Amino acid sequence: MTDELSAEEAIEPPPPPDGIPQPQQHFRSRFGGLKGAIAPLLTTILAFFMGGLVVLLTGKNPLRVYKAVWDGTGLNWFVHVGHHSARVPFGTAHMWFPWDTASIAAQNLQQTLLVTTPIILTGLAVAFAFRCGMFNIGGQGQYFAGTIFAVWLGSSFNGMAPWLHVLLCLAVGTVAGAVWAGIAGILKATVGAHEVISTIMLNWIAIWVGSYLFGQGGPLQNSAQKSIPISNDIFDGAKLPVFWGLKLLQGLSIGIFIALAMLIVYWIVINRTTLGFEVRAVGFNPEAARYGGVSVARNYFLAMAISGAFAGLAGAVDITGWEYRIGQNDIQLGGSSGIGFIGLAAALLGRNTTLGVGFASLLFGALINGTSGRQLDPSIFRPDLAGNLTTIIQGLVILFVGLNLGGVWVWLKRRRGA
Amino acid sequence: MPEGPLLELRGISKRFPGVLANDDVNFDLRPGEVHALLGENGAGKSTLMNILYGLYTPDEGQILLHGKPIDLGSTKAAIEHGIGMVHQHFMLIPVMTVAENIVLATEPRRAGVLMDYDAARRRVRELSERYGLLVDPDARIDRTSVGQQQRVEILKALYRGAEILILDEPTAVLTPQEAKELFEIIRSLTGQGKSIIFISHKLNEVLEVADRVTTLRRGVVVDTIDAEGATEEGLARMMVGREVLLRVDKKPSQPEGALLQVEHLSVVDDRGLETVRDVSFDVRAGEILGLAGVDANGQSELIDAIAGLRHVSAGRIVVDGRDMTNADAKETLDAGIGHIPEDRHRRGLVLPFSLTENLALHAYRHEPNSRRGLLNPRAMTARARKLLREFDVRGGAPATPAFALSGGNQQKVVLAREIDGDPKVLIAAQPTRGLDVGAIEFVHRRLVEQRDAGRAVFLVSLELEEILSLSDRILVIYEGRIVGEFPPTATEEELGLAMTGGSQGKAA
Repeated sequence: MTDELSAEEAIEPPPPPDGIPQPQQHFRSRFGGLKGAIAPLLTTILAFFMGGLVVLLTGKNPLRVYKAVWDGTGLNWFVHVGHHSARVPFGTAHMWFPWDTASIAAQNLQQTLLVTTPIILTGLAVAFAFRCGMFNIGGQGQYFAGTIFAVWLGSSFNGMAPWLHVLLCLAVGTVAGAVWAGIAGILKATVGAHEVISTIMLNWIAIWVGSYLFGQGGPLQNSAQKSIPISNDIFDGAKLPVFWGLKLLQGLSIGIFIALAMLIVYWIVINRTTLGFEVRAVGFNPEAARYGGVSVARNYFLAMAISGAFAGLAGAVDITGWEYRIGQNDIQLGGSSGIGFIGLAAALLGRNTTLGVGFASLLFGALINGTSGRQLDPSIFRPDLAGNLTTIIQGLVILFVGLNLGGVWVWLKRRRGA
Repeated sequence: MPEGPLLELRGISKRFPGVLANDDVNFDLRPGEVHALLGENGAGKSTLMNILYGLYTPDEGQILLHGKPIDLGSTKAAIEHGIGMVHQHFMLIPVMTVAENIVLATEPRRAGVLMDYDAARRRVRELSERYGLLVDPDARIDRTSVGQQQRVEILKALYRGAEILILDEPTAVLTPQEAKELFEIIRSLTGQGKSIIFISHKLNEVLEVADRVTTLRRGVVVDTIDAEGATEEGLARMMVGREVLLRVDKKPSQPEGALLQVEHLSVVDDRGLETVRDVSFDVRAGEILGLAGVDANGQSELIDAIAGLRHVSAGRIVVDGRDMTNADAKETLDAGIGHIPEDRHRRGLVLPFSLTENLALHAYRHEPNSRRGLLNPRAMTARARKLLREFDVRGGAPATPAFALSGGNQQKVVLAREIDGDPKVLIAAQPTRGLDVGAIEFVHRRLVEQRDAGRAVFLVSLELEEILSLSDRILVIYEGRIVGEFPPTATEEELGLAMTGGSQGKAA
């Protein structure tokens, strides 16, 4: 601001708002920017605290359980800096890290990041639609659309140039997700069908189509073992390179970098393109956007399709990164508690921001891996209960985000006028 | 009246984070008087009244009723002390009847559990006859007019035993006729011993209805004076803190060719009813054409049709010689139509957006604000900084979200955006709704400037005063038809009569 303006302001300060701002507005202005992390952090801490109470009810020590979960996530690997000398495991030279790359912690971390990868992508899917004022509950279905096409193409075309094959799987998987969500977008844009309803229905369609395709006698079922409801494995050329750990031990593929790159893409599209500008305008106030000459219907469709593209990519990355095949069971289990729904939690907790979705995804990825049966010592906490603990914490986080604890706090202060 | 005050607020201070909303405010109310509380938006009127109604607790100061200190911790306590409030936005249940709304929460009962409808109806009728507040106890709220709903609110307060009535901007939603009737009601209430606090920022009303006037400015009482002998100019000076030009200063218009031509236009609203019927008019370069009318007589649909937000069912819209009938909003913008929408929160602004983004709501498509789909935040911010300075927007930097601004400054942002688009035709729909005196002066001056710059200005307003002081020609719309054209020398009575379908104007 120029001196001239600030001098004027010194004489005539802006009039105070009548009464005080609405709590929601107040909350936003107070917790905007980096400070926006405060409320989600408090939310998370509270959720973990209440999760600890549940552990206490089972007669176990919550602190010991959380310590074990922490160790299981592999995140302790970062803390071990300098404790290990770098060495070359199994003769493959991955010398980028000064840390011990072959420790148990390293393997745990690889698993955590493998789980985090699709959560970031499905989280971005939910976040993008949210920015346009839509609630995409169909991340799971779009994820399956990506999965199905990635498996199909990955297990076809043997001998194709490897980089081309994997790119084809990723690209078609992405488009499949975009098309699947785009259906809901078109329905919303043309006849006003609510996206929550249509995406849920599309979820079920994707689940049952997948069940049929990979079920016994299905067209994409394993060609060698006719009794097992599972797909063929994708060919090696369709697999993403594993850059850390062993392929046989489910090492970490470069999918994590694809997810991180998509975080950046998301930020650019939302904040630095006219498309993102329109999407946000429609999301905040469709009537004002329409008045500004923005086609609301077009943006509903585009935002939904882009949202679905993220989720479809998540499915394709999972297939080409470590799963390599899909079973009927995976689809039916995923239908109610799959990665698409965890992405929903990540977007909510991360408040649809780039950094927020990234960190929230890591939190949920770590939690899932840290409480998985493989990682947790049964004498500390029963792994089957631990899985539930994850779900409890996840649910509490969503509940508290919905409650908007920060808003409640501001409201209480406002009432007292402190 | 020589008696001691009925109610006294002593040394009231109220602090909100970053704002001292009331600073050592003294205010008293004598029995049977109308005491107006005058001030710009944000002066602290509502805060003070919310304290009196038990919605906020003051940080300092005390409230005395009949000379005894009272503690108002809740609205319930306020009601028990005989204080009633009619909010600007009514708090009625649309699907219930007038009588049901009035007795709500204190229903007369039969046998302990059953509501006694007959008793409720009887009591409502008694009250309404006693104070001259005519309402039909059996009418459903959603089928009654706004003026009727306000009466119901007043009756509700009286039913709960209010001796002191706080009316918060009561005329903001009323037509001139309804406002006149409200003033009659106020006189009848004070005649029967009720005392009234009348909150407003409209000077002429305050002078008409009040016995005394207290002016607040930035949370501080400027003065309390008798309404008798006070002038609008004097009150405006107290309110704003400087001389305010109440009359619009303008030269005679020099109209040239028509920039906007509307020919035999008919438009259908969302319910499928024809609300604009065979309307024809021209707006010429260098003139302000005013459209007067009571709310909901087709104005909104007419504006939407011109702005490309609604399809027309018949007729033509021509902008500077180009046929723009049924063009979409973007084409209309490109053809040179600027539009200050009647509801700046719903349409004019994206409230969570920064001022930069709001100012770029049309211009983001064009260089230098964007290139090949990529935004240029630096150019957008530079543009915003320039416009905020030119239009004297206070209380916000380019990155400030729009909701953080006061209403007047928000409207300046809308104005800046529309005028910066260099429109040929500027539609101004209720451009000063809810603004205070200082901001109204600013908006009016800018509109006249646009006229003098050779744009065609189409002013649609429910405020007759605004229409009369700004327009070079005046059209009156009634039930979707243009029922008359008047010169700016017409009287409010002439226009008022035409607005209610009473008479035809000269040569429509």
